[in-house]
Amino acid sequence: MRTAVVVFPGTNCEKDVVHALTSLGGEAELVWHRETDLSRFDGVILPGGFAHGDYLRTGAIARFSPVMAEVGRMAAAGAPVLGICNGFQVLCEAEMLPGALIANRDLAFICRFVDVEVTDTSTILTRNATLGQRLRLPLNSYQGNWVDPGSDARVTLTYLDNPNGSQGSAAAVSNAAGNVVGVMPHPERASEELLGSGDGLVLLESFLQSLVPA
Amino acid sequence: MRVSVEITRRPEIADPEGTTIMRALADLGHRDIEAVRVDRVIHLDVAGDDPDQVRARVEEMCRQLLANPVLEDFRVEVDE
Repeated sequence: MRTAVVVFPGTNCEKDVVHALTSLGGEAELVWHRETDLSRFDGVILPGGFAHGDYLRTGAIARFSPVMAEVGRMAAAGAPVLGICNGFQVLCEAEMLPGALIANRDLAFICRFVDVEVTDTSTILTRNATLGQRLRLPLNSYQGNWVDPGSDARVTLTYLDNPNGSQGSAAAVSNAAGNVVGVMPHPERASEELLGSGDGLVLLESFLQSLVPA
Repeated sequence: MRVSVEITRRPEIADPEGTTIMRALADLGHRDIEAVRVDRVIHLDVAGDDPDQVRARVEEMCRQLLANPVLEDFRVEVDE
């Protein structure tokens, strides 16, 4: 079971994701964004950072990176696809997730722990969690304000205090099938008590357990 | 040909930057402002001499990349 962790120019959380997955017994490998064959992988994570400098709109240019055709193919085949922070923005731009992410309501870059609640346990991010479970995760974003006018999107996690103005207090949303999820706070940065919280582990374990041989 | 693309945020989408600017203007005494929206203009120099063709190509670029259909509308102006 192998997970591809995609690196765009400007991605900066890829090693944290590999470290967290590996410490849970998963196998993860960094993959450059120009890769055109992910057939050796069973799942994909798009980590956080500033893909292509966040130019034009966050995720707008990353969406056309060569690797994204393969990410789309895997998503359509039902493989687990997770976007964290900037990866969430990329998946929205790629129309693999509903909505879009705009600047935080108060125009501040938010960098602190936030509390979220699990609102859907039938996704690749939350299958090991319980409904209503509260998790403490670090948020680290400027464009974390999710909007989707007239949305009937599946919201996976909600903020307790909605720090950025997200519609429906959404901290994570999924596609209809639940195999593509975008999450704004960073589970990989809450994967050891030493980091201030181990609450991200249940989310990463969910991801790893969702992997099935391609 | 010189082409200008104006990308505007849909009215139903919040514009935190516009709201902040409006508050700052109010602090400066400009209290009669009812709304501020910050939009984006992209200028392109496109090879070609048929304005209709150039416009159609740039509109396609808007749908592909320059505008996000969830958030934004676009208007293309070709300088003839």
